[in-house]
Amino acid sequence: MIADQLPALQVALPLIAAPFCVFLRRPLPAWGWAMAVTMACLGMAISLLLAVLHGGPISYHVGDWDPPWGIELRVDMLTAFVLVLVSGIGALVMAYARESVRAEIPSERHALFYAMYLLCLTGLLGMTITGDAFNLFVFLEISSLSTYAMVGLGKGRQALLAAYNYLILGTVGATFYVLGVGLLYMITGTLNMADLAERLPAVANTRTFVAAAGFLAVGLSLKLALFPLHKWLPPAYAHAPSVVTAFLASTATKVSLYVLIRIFVEVLAPAFRAAHLPGPLSEGDVVTILALVAMFSGSFVAIFQADAKRMLAYSSVAQIGYMVLGVSMLTVTGLSAGLVHMFNHAIIKATLFLAVGCVFLRIGSVQVKDMAGLGKRMPLTMAAFVLGGLSLIGIPGTGGFVSKWQLVMGAFEKGWWWAALLIGLSSLLAVVYVWKVVEVAYFKPAPKDAPPVKEAPISMLVPLALIALCNLFFGLQTDWSLGVARAAAASLLGGGTP
Amino acid sequence: MIDLLRIILTPLIGAILIAATGRSPNVRETVTLLTALATFLQVAPLTPEVLAGARPALEILPVMPGVPLALQVEPLGMMFALIASFLWIVASVYSIGYMRGNKEHHQTRFYVCFSLAIAFTLGIAFAGNLFTLFLFYEALTLSTYPLVTHKGDEASMKAGRVYLGILLSTSIGLLLIGILWTYSITGSLDFVPGGIMAGKIEGPMVGLLLFLYMYGIGKAAMMPIHRWLPAAMVAPTPVSALLHAVAVVKAGVFTVVKVIVYVFGIDLLANTSSAQWLLYVSGATVIIASLVALQQDNLKRRLAYSTISQLSYVILAAAILTPISVVGAALHIAAHAFGKITLFFAAGSIYTAAHKTNVSQLDGIGRRMPWTMAAFTIGSLSMIGVPPTAGFLSKWYMLSGAMSSEAWFAVGVLILSTLLNAGYFLPIVYAAFLKPEKPLGDDHGDNHGHGHGSHGHGEAPLPIVIALCVTALGTVALFFLPGLPLELAQDLVGGTP
Repeated sequence: MIADQLPALQVALPLIAAPFCVFLRRPLPAWGWAMAVTMACLGMAISLLLAVLHGGPISYHVGDWDPPWGIELRVDMLTAFVLVLVSGIGALVMAYARESVRAEIPSERHALFYAMYLLCLTGLLGMTITGDAFNLFVFLEISSLSTYAMVGLGKGRQALLAAYNYLILGTVGATFYVLGVGLLYMITGTLNMADLAERLPAVANTRTFVAAAGFLAVGLSLKLALFPLHKWLPPAYAHAPSVVTAFLASTATKVSLYVLIRIFVEVLAPAFRAAHLPGPLSEGDVVTILALVAMFSGSFVAIFQADAKRMLAYSSVAQIGYMVLGVSMLTVTGLSAGLVHMFNHAIIKATLFLAVGCVFLRIGSVQVKDMAGLGKRMPLTMAAFVLGGLSLIGIPGTGGFVSKWQLVMGAFEKGWWWAALLIGLSSLLAVVYVWKVVEVAYFKPAPKDAPPVKEAPISMLVPLALIALCNLFFGLQTDWSLGVARAAAASLLGGGTP
Repeated sequence: MIDLLRIILTPLIGAILIAATGRSPNVRETVTLLTALATFLQVAPLTPEVLAGARPALEILPVMPGVPLALQVEPLGMMFALIASFLWIVASVYSIGYMRGNKEHHQTRFYVCFSLAIAFTLGIAFAGNLFTLFLFYEALTLSTYPLVTHKGDEASMKAGRVYLGILLSTSIGLLLIGILWTYSITGSLDFVPGGIMAGKIEGPMVGLLLFLYMYGIGKAAMMPIHRWLPAAMVAPTPVSALLHAVAVVKAGVFTVVKVIVYVFGIDLLANTSSAQWLLYVSGATVIIASLVALQQDNLKRRLAYSTISQLSYVILAAAILTPISVVGAALHIAAHAFGKITLFFAAGSIYTAAHKTNVSQLDGIGRRMPWTMAAFTIGSLSMIGVPPTAGFLSKWYMLSGAMSSEAWFAVGVLILSTLLNAGYFLPIVYAAFLKPEKPLGDDHGDNHGHGHGSHGHGEAPLPIVIALCVTALGTVALFFLPGLPLELAQDLVGGTP
């Protein structure tokens, strides 16, 4: 039955399809092929989600080798949720990509670009679906290597430098991760995540375990760009082609967060409960503090950016802080706040970066000061930007509000009233940087000598409008975002919270 | 009760139609008027039901578990919706005269945003829980932003910054936190007569939560978060009149009264010493704002500060925490709405006909614009609280509430502020009717806008005059026929106090 092979196909299809882009060579066929593949991936992700909703978690044994010896692909509700998110964004951005890539990347490299894009998608989907800690590293590298290449395709030498920076730090992160996994393998003799979770509590009071946890935490935080390990992110986002920025901002960091949750909440948490760790601060407190610092420092720095893409990149650093803050509460409400914000923020940032991509296509710049008069000249694009911005601020009726609501609820449940106040305060910083763009676009008249500017082409506007409306949709209908996040959080925390 | 949703959808659909017919001003303005009329005609029939004790309710969407988007009509909301939808008709007539008379640009955007603002105001009036109220509250802020910044120049952009900055930061930074705090201790966000917090919170925490609410509701313009209101006066006058004397600011004090009556409950607050600060802060706002108003030469700014002071009357009356003073608070929402919209209409009328914006330029203008200045006089009397105007009635209830609960501070504030009100309104009336006109050439100076005033003018365009006569008449009519608002206000506190 082909349906039984879905978990494998979900990863295998884009992996096998990627080289064909290169064989096709010409831009249009390559794009068409990639488009078809991403749509197929989305279809598979949705059917996996439906299968999980009706039949419970799926465990797929690669090559029929039973776990823990063989590689296991595991699809539970959270996995399917992230798969749909990643492949959905992947398909949407791909639809948008044709015009944008044509303007930003030399045509002889288009086929290569689409191949990289599919490989990156493969890596992200693989990281999500795998149930094996080492296999996860393999997919992490697939997605990272293709990402470095895509970032480097950006215009100008700066892009190369940004890609190189990202390469170095990303490799450090991946190495730390694999070191952590190696240490765990040393003390348990297994790589299967479920198996690890069972065996670890017995050896939790060893130094090896603590060291492994440290390596994993630093490695994953680097990939996630958690403050203060976020330095690679702003230049990479700012200089990568618009399409790549939109895709990475709404998927790559999200999958990293997902992996962090998998490893720490599912695999390591039982062992942490068994361990007696010294020190005045627990590891949870450290993470909470880092998350809070990220929220404020990211937003503050964002306010002073002249480049819209860089501004949004710093905003991402801040938003990652929100997500991690939710996760660090380790309660159902907090964890679901983190997960639902992961989902909503993916939509928000896709909206904002796609809108900025449209602007770049038409005026050739993403400097905020060059956007004068765009409110009139590109009304739809800027309307989408405003909508995304409102959701970022957390205006009720948008997705961002739902996440913020959950996050503050989680804080109150924990008795962290100070965190509640800080969350409120830091959203005000978002008002400042979003409104900086709004004022320039709507109040400053376009310079006299500016060439006439048209609205973006329809093939870019349609995906932009779709994702922008998602902000509103998920602000009022939360069954598929918050509902799934709550169910996933409850099952992750399982029998109760420590 | 799907009607409730239809009422809010009417102005929303109206906004779409207005946008679609923007090319032809006559059609566009007909659509505006028809939408306003249709909205009022749908709101009005609900009144007998509500008076009979029914509380029509509708759950639109279950947004989050336990936090639905829901509507419910209760007496205070009914009154607010009646006022807003009725005055929208009048203000639409007025806008047509004003916007054409001043040849304003972007008129379609103006009417669209206006319509949206009314839809969201009705949403606030009919909100069935704090979440719904908050949603429409923020939507109202955003939909009025393009109206405040209508001129599109540097000054209005700066004013817009103040407007949005204060309203958004207070609502997100304080109000939202207050709402979530409420939800976390009570598990409910519904409006329940008698409040939902009794027994759930006590001591200094009550005062703190009250602080989050009172300063979170920036639209009520209690000092020191009042600056957005004078800033918003850069907007065209119909906006100042309907939105910044009626819809937006009343949405603020409406929310204040609702939170005090339905969330905290009067009894809880009256028995908690940490909640007493509200009385003093609102009292101080009444006095200080009046003192500032005394010094303003720009007519609209003077009216804005008068609004700040009058809004705090409502808060003060609610903070006295007796049923009878709460009736006074509710009545004052109605009385001030009619009085202040009249005053703003008059100010806009003067601007349209004579291009004058300052109080010092108004000598003798009563002879050229008798209707306008007569209406202005009635509005002023209502602000001061002189019979036979609506302002007298509400002040009467507030005073008797303050007396009966021996809140001598409130009594003192009411008396002193009456004198101050007289001090900044009567000189205008006196100058307009009794002083001789200054010769031309004396009245330039800081007369910005359309340059020098000219004496070759008469009354403003007919729609403007009609509109301000209607609201002035309404101000007097409320004194003689206070039945409807009074009954609604008494229903709010559960019967005759």
